[in-house]
This record gives sequence, C-alpha cells and structure tokens, in this order.
Amino acid sequence: MPASGPGARVTMLQRRSLMSLAAGAALAIPSLARPALSQGAASRALRFVPQANLANFDPIWGTQYVVRNAGMMVWDTLYGVDAKFAPQRQMVDSEEVSGDGLTWTFKLRSGLRFHDGSPVLAKDAVASLNRWAVRDPMGQMIRAIQNELVVVDDNTFRWSLKQPYPKMLLALAKTNSPCSFVMPERIAKTDPFQQITEFVGSGPFRFVREEWVPGARAVFAKFDGYVPRDEAPDWMAGGKRVMVDRVEWVVMPDPATAAAALQNGEVDWWENPIADLVPVLRRSRNLNVDIADPLGNVGSFRMNHLHKPFSDPRARRAVLMALSQEDYMRALVGDETDLFKLMPSFFTPGTPLYTEQGGEILKGERNYDGAKRLLQEAGYTGEPITLLVAQDQPITKAFGDVSADLLKRIGMNVDFVATDWGTVGSRRASKAPPSQGGWHIFHTWHAGADCINPASYTAMRANGDQAWFGWPNNSAVEAARDSWFAAPDLAAEKAAVAEMNRLAMEDALWGPTGFFMSYQAWRKNVEGVVKAPIPFFWNVTKS
Amino acid sequence: MFAYIIRRILATIPVMAVVALFVFSLLYLAPGDPAAVIAGDQATPADVERIRAGLGLDRPFLVRFGEWTWNIIRGDLGVSIFTNLPVSRMIAQRIEPTLSLMVITLFLAVIIAVPMGVVAAWKSGGWIDRAVMAFAVLGFSVPVFVVGYVLAYYFALGLDWFPVQGYTPISQGFGPWLSNLVLPAVALSSAYIALIARITRATMLEVLQQDYIRTARAKGAGQRTILFLHALKNAAVPIVTVIGIGVALLIGGAVITESVFAIPGLGRLTIDAILRRDYPVIQGVVLLFSFVYVLVNLLIDLSYTLFDPRIRY
Repeated sequence: MPASGPGARVTMLQRRSLMSLAAGAALAIPSLARPALSQGAASRALRFVPQANLANFDPIWGTQYVVRNAGMMVWDTLYGVDAKFAPQRQMVDSEEVSGDGLTWTFKLRSGLRFHDGSPVLAKDAVASLNRWAVRDPMGQMIRAIQNELVVVDDNTFRWSLKQPYPKMLLALAKTNSPCSFVMPERIAKTDPFQQITEFVGSGPFRFVREEWVPGARAVFAKFDGYVPRDEAPDWMAGGKRVMVDRVEWVVMPDPATAAAALQNGEVDWWENPIADLVPVLRRSRNLNVDIADPLGNVGSFRMNHLHKPFSDPRARRAVLMALSQEDYMRALVGDETDLFKLMPSFFTPGTPLYTEQGGEILKGERNYDGAKRLLQEAGYTGEPITLLVAQDQPITKAFGDVSADLLKRIGMNVDFVATDWGTVGSRRASKAPPSQGGWHIFHTWHAGADCINPASYTAMRANGDQAWFGWPNNSAVEAARDSWFAAPDLAAEKAAVAEMNRLAMEDALWGPTGFFMSYQAWRKNVEGVVKAPIPFFWNVTKS
Repeated sequence: MFAYIIRRILATIPVMAVVALFVFSLLYLAPGDPAAVIAGDQATPADVERIRAGLGLDRPFLVRFGEWTWNIIRGDLGVSIFTNLPVSRMIAQRIEPTLSLMVITLFLAVIIAVPMGVVAAWKSGGWIDRAVMAFAVLGFSVPVFVVGYVLAYYFALGLDWFPVQGYTPISQGFGPWLSNLVLPAVALSSAYIALIARITRATMLEVLQQDYIRTARAKGAGQRTILFLHALKNAAVPIVTVIGIGVALLIGGAVITESVFAIPGLGRLTIDAILRRDYPVIQGVVLLFSFVYVLVNLLIDLSYTLFDPRIRY
C-alpha cells in the first residue's frame, strides 16, 4: 500500500526521481529528474475525478449533469436551494412581489463581477433568463404566462406575468438542469439551441480554457473578484468561499484506475466510486468514503404507450404487479443494503413531498399469475417485446438483465436489444412501431433531486406527444401536476403530489425500479466535502 | 527510388478517399444521435430535434458528405460537435501521448523481442527456447488490460515506483515523461514482444540452416557474428514486416492501454468520440490512423532495400 502523509509523499517523489535517474543512466540519457512540486503548490490544487467527461461547456445547450456541475462552479445563480430545498438569495439582494402575485421585481447584489472584470448588470440577468427559459421546463411555464421581462435600471429587473406563479423562486434556485446561470448579455444572447463559444462566468471559479483537454482534464481557477455572501454556506446558498487555488478535473474512464490513483494520492476526491470497489477504498486509512448524494437516484422502467401491448394500461399494470424493486436494486448494489430503498412511489424517499399514495401495486409478494392474466386481458398474444438495454452503462445493464427475466416470468417474448447508450438515446426518440426501429421498453434513472417535486420532473409528464419518451397521455395526471404548481402551501403541495402519484400508479405511467444512492470518496487531507446532489467545491480545503 | 516514393505517396490519395467514404457512410448508417447525448436524459424529443437541426445533422447524406469532403480537401477536419473545438486541435492535443507510448513500446519490443528470438533459435530445443516460447504464449494470451492492472498494482500501488495514471508532456522534463510511460509501455509491449520474438525465432531457424551460415562457420566466424551479422540481417525482411503490421496492433492496444492508465491520447479520444457519436472527431482520427498505416507500410517497403540489396525500386 502507498505511504501516507505529506512527508511520505516527498519520499515517494524522491524514490520516483531515483527510479527515473537509474533508468536514465542505463539509457545514457543526461537527466531524468522529476520537476520539483512544492507541498504548497500541491495543496493549493484539488484534483477531482468527475462522474463523466466534460465534453462541452454550455450548461443551457447541453443539460448533462456533468456540465451542470462544472457550470455551478463558473456561473452563479440568482437564487440557490439550501439543504432543506428552500430557495435562498444568491446574486439577488432583494425581491419584491406585487400583492396580486403578477409582478416580480429583483434587485441584484452590488459588487458582482464577471470573470472579464465587467460588472454584472440587470441586462445580463434578463438575457440569461431569456435563454434559460427556452430550455427549462419551469422556465417554459413562466414564458407561457409572461407579460414582459425587462430591465428597470442597472441593478434591477422586472418580470411581469399574466397569472401568478408561486414557484418563481424555486424555478430560479433549483438544482435541476438547466439551472438559471447568469452570463454576460452578449453570450446569453446566443440561441439556446446553439453552443456558446465564450466562457465568461459570474461564479467563484474561472474556467481555464487553455488547459481544457476534453476527455482528459478541465481546470477551474479561483476567481479573486468573486464576492461571496455573508451567510454560512449551505448547498447552492450562502457564502461560496474558495479555499484552494484551483480545482483540476481529471477524467478517468476506468474505475479501477481511479481507485488506485486515489489510494496513491494522485487525486484527492472521486465523485462516484462503483460499489464493487468501495470495500477496497474503505480499507485505506487515508480515505473517507461516504454517501455522495442523499437524494440519490430513482431507477426507471420506461414503457412505450404508443404501441401494443403497452398502449393498454392493463399491460403496463401487469408489469408493475410483477416488478420486484429489490431484484433491481440488488443487481445494482449487491449486498450494500444501505445504498437502496424500496419506493412504492415516483417521488424521492425522505423528501417533504414523498408519498406512497396508490403505490400498493409495487408492495408485497409479486403476483406473476395475476400479471399473466392481466396481459391476456390486454390482448397480448406473444409478440416480441423490444427491450433496449445500454450495455455500456452499469446501471442500465443491470436493470436490463433483471427486466428480461421479469418479462419472461410473466410470459412475454423478449427481444433483448443489447446496445450502447448512444443508440438508446437515439432510438428511444422513435415513435415507429418496435418492429420498424421503435421500442417497447428502455431503462434509465433520474437524479433524486429531480424527483422531489413535479417542477422539472419531465418523466412524470403525461401530455401525450409533448411528453417524455414513451409519450404517456393522461389529462388527470397533468391536472394534478398543475394543482401542485398552484398550491399555496406545503399541505396543498402534498395533497397534489399524493394525487399525482396515485393517478400515475393507476395508469402505470412507468415503473420505478427503486431508490439507490452511490458513494463518493476523498482523501483525509481534504475537508469540507458535503453530501449533496452536486459536488460543491467552495469551502473545501486541502491540507 | 524517388519516383517510387512519389508514386506511393500519390497512391495513398485514392486509399484515403475510399476510407473517407467508407467511414462517413458507416457513421451515417450507424444508430445513435449526438443531439440526444447533448440534450441530456431529461430533454424532450422536441429539444433533441432542435439541437439536431442546430448541428445540421438533419441535412441529407450527400449534402453533409459533400461539405465534409470539400473541407477535407482544404485541410480542414471540421469542428467537434461537442467541444466546438477544431478536430485538428483536438488531435494535436492528444497526439504526443499516443506517439510517446507507441515509440517507447516499439523500442522496448524490438530491443527485447529480437534478441529473445535470436537466442531461442540459436538454442533451439533447449530450455531457453522453451522459456521464450512460453513467454510468447503468455504474452499473446493475457489481455493488455490485465497486464496493465497487475503492473499498476505491484509497481505503482505496492512499490510506489511509478504513478498509477496520467501523462506528463516531455516539455516538463524527460524523467516525469518516462515515469508516466513505463508501465503502460511494458503492458502494451507484452503481446508485441511475443509476436516479434516468435517471428524472429522462426525466421532465424530457417536462415541458420542455409549454406552461407555453414560457410561462415567454416571460415571461423564467431557465434555472435554469425547470429547478428549474417543470419539476422538475412532474416530481417519478415521481421521488419511484422513490426510494421504490429503498428496496427499497437493502435488498437493503445486504445485500451490509454484507458487503463488514463493517458489522454488518441485512443481515448477515439473511444469517447464513438460513444458520443462525435462524427467529425471519429472521421478525423480514422483518417489519421489510415494515413499513418499507409505511411508505415511505405517505410517498411523502403526499409527492405537496406536489408536486401536485391530489392530495388
């Protein structure tokens, strides 16, 4: 095992130097000495292994979580949620809402600067919100009822609506991608379906573009001009104080390599170690291993409502009657029972709106005979069921294997399409019959942070052609969703979500395959790592 | 000879054109959609469609192929769909690690495998021969990534002699550069050493039966002179051919090795591009690999003249 501690690190470097020198002597090459890297320099750079490659860097154009996470470092938001999911002011100094709830007036904090030194003005916020609102589900709702979004003065802007929108602050504070990041006006005017070409941020870190090697490395340097809030840090809210000079994202496609690099002190923090390697990491006395995101993920068994047999709700209910969440979860995390929960619900367990209303179909003994009968009633006669399984994603691969077994148990004829995620991403958009390039079932998972309420929970939309892949069509579910948006208080929100869950279960909108979490691991000389849906780099120190 | 070189270089143009057409068509027909990857899992089908249109991926095959070909003729490999960076710049960022890995691997393979093969042939049937052949079978049988993990476990995690992963540009010092490449190069060269050692042994065995070797012995030439001056030089043509063919093997092996050791080279760039369906990058990298392969073949053909004076172009 590698030596530990700062002193040991020096020893290691010296040994490597010796090795290099020895090799150099053998090859008759003048010098192989390693460059001196002072302890100070090493401790001022935090080396982080992200969940995926940062292949592009426009968090509005591309809404992958890894882009959102990097975006969170570079661009600040008007509001940010805290650990209680409550929106808190971030770039905004104060807001005022008219008595009828139709006019929101926002005043920006003073002293805010972009990374090019220019001040953050109301026109920048307005342009950024305009771009964000085209892509974000909540933003689209606001746009649909918008009168105007205008600059009042350099620090003030006003959003006037045709009808009240009580979730305004949540929309501007949420963690779901895309977040309402504030960019300079000239950049924010870019078409939201085109990628930006300049990365001038407003957040606590500056993106070091010249050091960006997509697929390998991304560097974020501390932005000295950033003015943090005075409040204590709390997720996206509070004072974002940067305690290191730079954060280096080191992309490692191979989990075993990342584990070894972390043990060896070549990186400091790994966002998502796979469950298989966690016992190895736990054995290292230099590492901390803990749950990464308490909001975890919700697994999804997505059915296509356009084609038989799943165009009939009885066939979809048949699947839910037989679906064992425990099978899916154990296929994914093995015996790490702390990492999963069974959830007869569509919403994230442990969050304020969690409900099991209507979830009986997922509880208790699995009813294979009942499922077979229901399938017969639905007119299923043994036609092949096209199950798309992305083999390059451990989660979807595990889910796909369990589903193949489940479908066979209830008498379905499975056409198991083993493919990659890129192909699933493309094929799932096809509305063609499964025999002509379409599909019946695919698996994915949703970040638990996206499933705490209906705000950005696109998988819960049931508006037919406009809905997410699978295209459920259920006006009652949509009405329950609307009632959540209009809910004046928590009690009303809970009632709306409970009704939505009941209706969605009744219609078997899709199949939740369970709630699961993952670990993160970091070296013990790193402090300030928090459990959150996003890795937050402010207030993290490295000794 | 100069005219021959020019002819061969000109002959690469139709080869590259066929490769370009083949790769473009294959990617066009292959399933997958970069717009879906960019949009993210929560995006609606309408969002994906608009991003696809924004990228120009909804245009007909011929229009896209024509535009791409015209750009290639002008020396422009295009722009990555994802990073918005020129493909040529992305390749330039990645070429040094891959080139370094391949050069060190080739160097290691040749200096180890050729003497191994020569000695095995010389001591044919003895324990040295059997040991070399056993090593060759092992080298072929054990996948590169397994060798990589074992090396990393013992020499990086255990003995702490080398880093587990990463790459240091040579501009930051020869020592760090070499330190990062030793383990990946050893891992990658294992199969290559096995291949060259076997071919060298087989060819040397044949050559050592020739009359001129007997003559050399009769003239009192020393064993070393016979093996390395008379026999090896005459066995060189097939060995050099295999080394050349092995470059293709190295390109494939580099993809795996770069992933295991987190080296930011062309292999990883290719894999990432394929998984994301970053068409311009895939096309650019495949064209580059094809060109390198054609060039290596040309160099091998030319090298024959050094070893066999009967060959003239």
